[in-house]
Amino acid sequence: MTFPILSVIIFSPLVGALIILMMPADRKTEIRVVALMTAVFALVLSLWLYLSYDQVAAGYQFIEKYDWMPSFGISLHLGVDGISTPLVLLTGVVMFTGVIISWGIEDRPREFFAFLFLLASGVFGVFVALDLFMLFFFYEIAVFPMYLLIAIWGWVKTREYAAMKLTLYLFIGSVVALIGALAMYFNSGFGTFDMLILETANFSPEFQKIWFLPVFLGFAVLGGIWPFHNWSPDGHVAAPTAVSMFHAGVLMKLGAFAALRVGIMLLPEGAKFWAPLILILATVNVVYGAFIAMIQTDLKYMIGFSSVSHMGLVMLGFATLTPDGMTGAGVQMFSHGVMTALFFAAVGMIYDRAHTRQIPELGGMMKALPWVGYTFIVGGLVSMGMPGFSGFVAEFPIFMGVWQVKPWVATLAVISIVITAAYIMLAIRRVFFGEMPKEFEGHITPIKTIDKVALGLLSGLMIALGVFPGIMVPMVESGVENVLRLLGGA
Amino acid sequence: MFTSSMIMAILPELLLLTLGLLVLVFDLIWKKRDGRDLGWLTAGGLLFILVLSAFLAKPATSMEVFGGMLRYDMLGYVFKMLFIFGAMITSLFMMDSEKLGNRGESYILLLVATIGMNLMASAADLVMLYLAIETTSIPMYILAGFLRDDKKSTEAGLKYLLFGAMASTVMLYGFSLIFGFTGTTALAAITGFSLPLAIGVIILIMVGVAFKISLAPFHFWAPDVYEGAPTPITGFLSTASKAAGFAVLMRLFLGLFPLGSEYALMWTMIMAVLATVTMTLGNVVALSQTNIKRMLAYSSVAHAGYALVGVVSLSELGVGSVTFYLIAYVMTNLAAFGVIAAFSKIVGSDEISDYAGMSRRNYGLGLAALVAFLSLTGMPPFGGFVAKVFVFAAAVKADMIWLAVVGILNSIVGLYYYLTFLKVVYLHRMEGENEEAHPIPLSRPYAIALAVLSFAILFIGVIFGPWFNIASSAAQGLF
Amino acid sequence: MDFLSNHLLSVILFFPIFAAIVIGFLPKGEDKLVRWTALVASLVPFVLTLVLWFSFDQSMSHVFQFEENYIWYATINSNFHIGVDGISLSMVLLTTLLTPLAILASFSVKEKVKAYMMLFLFLEMGMLGVFMSMDLLIFFVFWEIGLVPMYFLINQWGSKNRNYASLKFMIYTVGGSLGLLLAIQLLGVLFGTYDIAAIREGWTALSGTIMGMDVATVKTVTFWAFVVAFAIKVPVWPFHTWLPDAHTEAPTAGSMILAGVLLKLGAYGFIRLVLPLYPEQSAHFAGWLAFLAVMAIVFGAFGAYGQWDFKRLVAYSSVNHMGFVLLGIAAAAKAYGTANAHIAMNGAVLQMFNHGLSAAGMFFLVGVIYERTHTRDLRKFGGLFPLVPIYGGILIFTSMASLGLPGLNGFVSEFLVVRGAWGELAGYTAAGMLGLLFTGAYILKGVKNVLHGPMNEDWAHGEHKLTEINTREIVVMVPLMALMLSLGIWPSWLLTVINNAVTALF
Repeated sequence: MTFPILSVIIFSPLVGALIILMMPADRKTEIRVVALMTAVFALVLSLWLYLSYDQVAAGYQFIEKYDWMPSFGISLHLGVDGISTPLVLLTGVVMFTGVIISWGIEDRPREFFAFLFLLASGVFGVFVALDLFMLFFFYEIAVFPMYLLIAIWGWVKTREYAAMKLTLYLFIGSVVALIGALAMYFNSGFGTFDMLILETANFSPEFQKIWFLPVFLGFAVLGGIWPFHNWSPDGHVAAPTAVSMFHAGVLMKLGAFAALRVGIMLLPEGAKFWAPLILILATVNVVYGAFIAMIQTDLKYMIGFSSVSHMGLVMLGFATLTPDGMTGAGVQMFSHGVMTALFFAAVGMIYDRAHTRQIPELGGMMKALPWVGYTFIVGGLVSMGMPGFSGFVAEFPIFMGVWQVKPWVATLAVISIVITAAYIMLAIRRVFFGEMPKEFEGHITPIKTIDKVALGLLSGLMIALGVFPGIMVPMVESGVENVLRLLGGA
Repeated sequence: MFTSSMIMAILPELLLLTLGLLVLVFDLIWKKRDGRDLGWLTAGGLLFILVLSAFLAKPATSMEVFGGMLRYDMLGYVFKMLFIFGAMITSLFMMDSEKLGNRGESYILLLVATIGMNLMASAADLVMLYLAIETTSIPMYILAGFLRDDKKSTEAGLKYLLFGAMASTVMLYGFSLIFGFTGTTALAAITGFSLPLAIGVIILIMVGVAFKISLAPFHFWAPDVYEGAPTPITGFLSTASKAAGFAVLMRLFLGLFPLGSEYALMWTMIMAVLATVTMTLGNVVALSQTNIKRMLAYSSVAHAGYALVGVVSLSELGVGSVTFYLIAYVMTNLAAFGVIAAFSKIVGSDEISDYAGMSRRNYGLGLAALVAFLSLTGMPPFGGFVAKVFVFAAAVKADMIWLAVVGILNSIVGLYYYLTFLKVVYLHRMEGENEEAHPIPLSRPYAIALAVLSFAILFIGVIFGPWFNIASSAAQGLF
Repeated sequence: MDFLSNHLLSVILFFPIFAAIVIGFLPKGEDKLVRWTALVASLVPFVLTLVLWFSFDQSMSHVFQFEENYIWYATINSNFHIGVDGISLSMVLLTTLLTPLAILASFSVKEKVKAYMMLFLFLEMGMLGVFMSMDLLIFFVFWEIGLVPMYFLINQWGSKNRNYASLKFMIYTVGGSLGLLLAIQLLGVLFGTYDIAAIREGWTALSGTIMGMDVATVKTVTFWAFVVAFAIKVPVWPFHTWLPDAHTEAPTAGSMILAGVLLKLGAYGFIRLVLPLYPEQSAHFAGWLAFLAVMAIVFGAFGAYGQWDFKRLVAYSSVNHMGFVLLGIAAAAKAYGTANAHIAMNGAVLQMFNHGLSAAGMFFLVGVIYERTHTRDLRKFGGLFPLVPIYGGILIFTSMASLGLPGLNGFVSEFLVVRGAWGELAGYTAAGMLGLLFTGAYILKGVKNVLHGPMNEDWAHGEHKLTEINTREIVVMVPLMALMLSLGIWPSWLLTVINNAVTALF
């Protein structure tokens, strides 16, 4: 019997959470150790999955199917393709680094890690679900722990507001998409939620045109699509570091990915019809996000808006419905996920020591925190799309895809590159170089070794992918081929 | 004379009656005891009844017994099990309440009410139905006002009595009209109404049913009664009693106006509008509540609205989804009220702001609250999620997408106030932040009950297949 | 050895980055070790380049030799395709020559030496990559990569106004390369490959419409996109305004490389990409380019003449000299295939090499005096020749090369450019001569104010007493001077290689 790796990946964080919940509150070190072990376990499994995925055979692999409610056609149907495998790896990486970064949480680490792992389970579940009902099930599981994590452990000033706003937005988005999913279920006539079967459903063009937009936009809310992105910057800022890493690094990818899986793959005609609109919205994301990021004085807000901009690139790539664009989008999900996780980790380390995130108030951090500085610079270069790093490898095909569809959009979107360069370099200079303000003297303690491990892992991944695109791009390409087949070779 | 199926049909009720007598005897003869003994007896007895009935009283087919008074089918069976389970949990909650737990009367009244609910769920005749409703209601009136020294409780009991009496009178009038125009009181035989009569009958009967289910605009009694009644009773009232009302609703109207009849559309629209108003009203007013019991009262009103959405679709899926919804809802709301009962027993307050830091004062209670309230919101992996999805699915299937949308919008409002409560429990701190010094000890019956409920909510939410199949089989009985 | 001969270019290209990584692991605080390691490491590519030079078939210098082609980004069909022809070989030689000299010049840097050296080596790789690449995307990759170390070099080790200068440099260049990026994307989409040779064939043969627009229009737009990006780098007036600030604020060695090599990247882009890909547009707009070139020559000279900051003067002199490069390119574009074109292009490429030498030399010398006096204000100097005769001699020598004195290298290349351009763009060339006049003026101004005239007593005695140029610094200048002289007297060793390539390609 083959090892049910996907179920284990999904449920191991849950098991970890349950174990942690049962531990006494004052055994903080043991709790952290259990958390770390769970995270390492998930990371190892996701890495193994990544390395074992057969890129030549492509298609859905590691399939598991357990009947859950046959009368309704609901089954726990799991499988990964070329697009979701890197995302599973991404989740494992972010989970691992997130646990490391959260080592210092003193207030109720037990509940923190339990909720974090609940979130992780939900995320894993969405990436590997091939059953529409289960996809929603896991999707919602990934939403409510965010509320608790942000409201309880977040930044005191805005956490309650940001947590509620985030939860409401995400919940609304997901239930809008849910209605679409139910409509698909009833309309298909197959009486099943199995996505592989629904892919063959051949819904009428009118049906698809009506339902594509609610489904796509409903999920894309979590991807931060303009104008429904407003929850994201506040959510990022208010969340504790590991949660921000998860939020920007993985959760937003969840939205884009679900929009792809459910929207584009199940309603291809609708996708083709509405693609121009999505293209425009995504372009607004890219350009507007960059401009707003430029005027921020809070480092975390800057990164938050930069995430909005970069997720715009993902959705731009999807909206082109071309092989290049979609492959780039798939790679961008991974690249940006790692990059933003690194950014938030770095900002978190700075904030823990300096107790401010205001760029004008910071300075001279490079001397005291060289690892943070160097890896932040690497992240910054990725953010700019600097060749040699994963950002370029991801963004270039997206632009190529845009050229094939609407050339003038490419011209607009490319503006964001120079804007990003400007604000990132300025931020780097102000935060890391120059004079360290007097009040920080002696407070900026060096980071621990495990922090260095986390930062090093994240930056190493981005450099590796940038220099050797072959380690991921072909895999994503194979997944995209399947999507394009559904689109009718468009 | 008495066939085995007839015995089986009323087996739970017979057992309940026996248990009630047992409690009465115990209460009389065994004076010196720990106040909990009766409670354990009741709970244990109910558990025994539940298990026994589950195996023995399961109907093979649908049939009418006792000369058409009762209907012995899956719908009745499922609901009966639900009521018995609810009563069991309630008796666990009642145990530690000083005024309630010590007295045999409260348990007996609980058991009688349960009998009444069972009969409500399986009534096939209007007279039987009315009897059953009264058998349920009167003990509940008393239980609501049980705390004689508490002004609020007395007010609750009295208000409930007056509202209830009036509602059932109106309903009875409706029944009498039906009898007058069709010459029979058997539910199955009632057909062939002319339009004005149909409307009139619907309105009259709905008054009674809507009162029971606390549908708008007949929900006004709910907040005061829920707030005033002893919390375990509120729990029972808001769950089992409401579920019984739904059973009646489904039987009655699907019997009177089956799918395809001329009035089906009209009554569907009425239901839909009622559901909309109920959901919206319940949710919106809940937003401004500062008392948790009142908030949950309005939330219960809203949930009745959600469940009604499923009825609207007039299909097997619809009835099945309502049944499942009720199963999940009973578990969830009982858990919610259980948490409140446990809390107010120690702290003595029902104000939401007093719940600040509750999660630190009792870790398990905080988790139970989390489970219960997230299930109320409709979040996976809890039962509330699946329940909502299926209810909305029923609406979508019946091409009433707007209704599903309304339901969803309402869920969002609900999300807000449920999460706000959880925020108070988990985020807010007590004055002085010394929660460790003010723990909330959880007594054994509460711990057992909450643990069972939490597990059940999770179980129904994750392994929902078999449970929905049970609900569907209940629904089949009506078509 | 077989590996080496098969992968000579890759070794030259990637050795610096490996060396940088090794330096990264060297123990902290061992500055001397770091410096010498960097110097030795930078000599390796130089030696290998000499090997390359002597193995290069000069008669076939228009053919790309030592080609290497590996799959890199298979999805978009971009390969790691590198090779050298006569033109790029001379540029590679320039780069690998100047880098060790610049590193040697940087021995006086005291702060964060390790980071400095690593960035320098990283920069070398970026520059070499541009010159060697035969794939458009790889070209762009290395083009952009070179920006980052330069930004940090200016920002961290520069002088007072470095923040402004470095950011301006970066934003200008990134902004300018946006058009290039877009155009490259378009070409990739159209041809499904980024191989320069393949694109050239397909692009020049293209007709009809592309994406609904007339081919000619698209070509014109992308032509200007390419031109703008490279024009910023060269720099061509009016896109030159980043240069004075960047050059002035950069540390000495940074300016050496910036002026010596980085500017040539832009010119190389013109020669390698713009002219071959857009022969008609280049010919059509040659007049415009010549106009801009002349503006650069004239205004650069005027601008230099008006400076009192020695370094800024030299910076403007770069604008002035690079103007000649562009003039030669413009002439070659206009008169494709004729003798004039060949002469002009030869002059342009040679000027690139020559200016690399003289600019590097000049900036270094400015740095020498700055380290001693901590000022670059010409008015503060005066009559220093007796104090520092050797320095003075070297300064005069280098200035004369910069001025274009016959016998030194500057003359040869400028003459070739003027000779070739005269036949095609007479008017512009004549106007450019005005600039040449002022070139003499500003060079002499600089020399005069530093070395001649009444001696500024401040530097004669006491703590500010000027010390003579030391051995290390002389070692930096000697190779440059030797080359300047040899190219001035007998340029053929370089010119042959260039000429064979130019005559075949243009």
